[in-house]
Amino acid sequence: MKVNASDYLVYDQLSNSYREDAEQKVRDDVEKHYWLHVGRTIAKDWRLYIMLIPMLLVFLFWRYFPMYELLGCFKVADQVLPVSKQLFSGFSYFKELLISGKPISTEFWRALRNTFILSFYGLCFGFPFPIILALFFNEVKSNVARSVYQVLTYLPKFLSTVVMTTLITMLVKQGALTTSYGVLSQFLEKIGLISHETAVAGLLNQPQFFRGIYELSGIWETAGYGSIVYFAAIIAISPTSYEAAQIDGANKMAQMKYVVLPSILSTIVIMLITRIGSLLSIGYEKVLLLYNQNTYVTGDVVSTFAQRYGLQGASKGLASAAEMMNNVIGMLLVIGANTISRKASNVSLY
Amino acid sequence: MKRRLETSELIFKIISYLFLTMFSIMCLYPLVFAVSASISGRQAVEYSQVVLLPKNIQFDAFKRMFSDNMFWNSYSNTLFITLYGTLWAMGYSILGGYALSKKRLLFRKTFNFFLVFTMWFSAGIVPQYLNYLNTKAVFNGIGIMDDKWLVVIAMGMAAMNIILLRNAFEGVPSEIEEAAIVDGATEFQVLSKVYIPMSKSTIATVALFFAISRWNGYFWARQMITNQNEHPLMVFIRLKLEEYTDAEAMAGWNETYASDSVVYALIVCSIVPILIIYPFIQKYFAKGVNVGGVKE
Repeated sequence: MKVNASDYLVYDQLSNSYREDAEQKVRDDVEKHYWLHVGRTIAKDWRLYIMLIPMLLVFLFWRYFPMYELLGCFKVADQVLPVSKQLFSGFSYFKELLISGKPISTEFWRALRNTFILSFYGLCFGFPFPIILALFFNEVKSNVARSVYQVLTYLPKFLSTVVMTTLITMLVKQGALTTSYGVLSQFLEKIGLISHETAVAGLLNQPQFFRGIYELSGIWETAGYGSIVYFAAIIAISPTSYEAAQIDGANKMAQMKYVVLPSILSTIVIMLITRIGSLLSIGYEKVLLLYNQNTYVTGDVVSTFAQRYGLQGASKGLASAAEMMNNVIGMLLVIGANTISRKASNVSLY
Repeated sequence: MKRRLETSELIFKIISYLFLTMFSIMCLYPLVFAVSASISGRQAVEYSQVVLLPKNIQFDAFKRMFSDNMFWNSYSNTLFITLYGTLWAMGYSILGGYALSKKRLLFRKTFNFFLVFTMWFSAGIVPQYLNYLNTKAVFNGIGIMDDKWLVVIAMGMAAMNIILLRNAFEGVPSEIEEAAIVDGATEFQVLSKVYIPMSKSTIATVALFFAISRWNGYFWARQMITNQNEHPLMVFIRLKLEEYTDAEAMAGWNETYASDSVVYALIVCSIVPILIIYPFIQKYFAKGVNVGGVKE
């Protein structure tokens, strides 16, 4: 870039000569002594930076230091040596997982597929449900009735994963000689959805039911709570919009389509981005508590795969390699979804 | 004047009420069932005759649990972890969120990215486990033998919560801060006397998020706490479930109540505190979601 004298010199009328621009002088000074300037600003405001330190340390120690342990993916595992002293083994773990064709590779691909399928079903069925629920909440005009509905439907969100999975386990448990099978299985048998034999065998022991149980309990848990954000968008719609639509002769469906939907569209887009972004970060705790050896076929996800091989077994390098691939793809999804939405609708999360 | 509902509107209204009623019942049912099953007699529970209301009422399952020292131990451990974990997390989150909310903070974008990146990418279970093992060794080295402190200090951080706090602090008008500084307030006084009182509802919400996640925490507590006496309630429940649903281990069970009833009783006990505070906190929850927009 060509530099003009007028950029940093100012003509001084009084002395009929050029002098340096005072502002430019400061700017030059700051640039020359950048770190000194930084130090001075921090010193002047040191309390603010002290406040930042505990948070930075906590995240550094327990969020960023684990990333250092990821080096173990590329090294020969050793029980005694710290990761920095282990020998490099290159991409052997990745090769073993992705293309070796050994049983473990098949298992990894199965886990990856299951992770994706579980999240994708969650997106397809779990995502629209809170929106529908919010639309229904909007129909209840009595405040008392609506509060009752809301209090009841938010409730499952407060239960812990352990309590929820325990309840599920008990409700669909298998029958034995002296004990009968779960109440929910009985109900499903009565309405003809499952046969007696399946009910007795216990639904959680059969791979074909795992996804259904996982998704339905997920909806049960999060739908009410997830509807809050949509409901807030819906009650923000001015009543005059509805009246105008009614005068124009819009029936309920038309009102939904032309009044409600456009008003909550940006909320929907934001929530959709979040969902797509977290497509590969599935709540492993719930899977871990629900699955068992019989349901690995449909239930095993990458995190539980890593947990089984890395924490229960001893293949730490292999397990962290598996999960790292999953998480890197997940991160690309978040960034991708975010970029697309920023380009398309100016709504972005980060 | 009240307008008459059109047919389509009426139908939609009926469907709404029907659906909401059904879904609400579904949300409530498992809890009612747990209560009923925990106080029903042995035969009624084992033959799944309890569907809604309790049969052959007994309270021995509760009595058995209340006389179990491990139960009270785990309960107090959970209270300990929830209380101190929330205080600790709120401490550094409020301070950090406050600092991040200031435009004059140098490297603000870098610090923000430092936080947000942890929401995008996590190292995974195994590296975290190894890291916690190291931390545990360090903690033991400086004389903290109780693994509960590891759970309290090293776990449960959430970048999202800090961002919620940061956004709330950004919403406080800067004129008030300037006025306070003119009156001679230091940075800490500005935070404690101006910012915290002015963003009470967000702070309550975030504290609630932390507390709930602490109360419900399971996986890492089970992995990292080796001493049985230090297990929190959720780990205790899970261990009991594994023990009591094992048919072989329960073959010699000869009580007047079913072994399942004990598990149900445990569940009821773990939910009761949440149900008690639930009506008071519910309004904060709704608010917390609305301020959830993330900006950088």
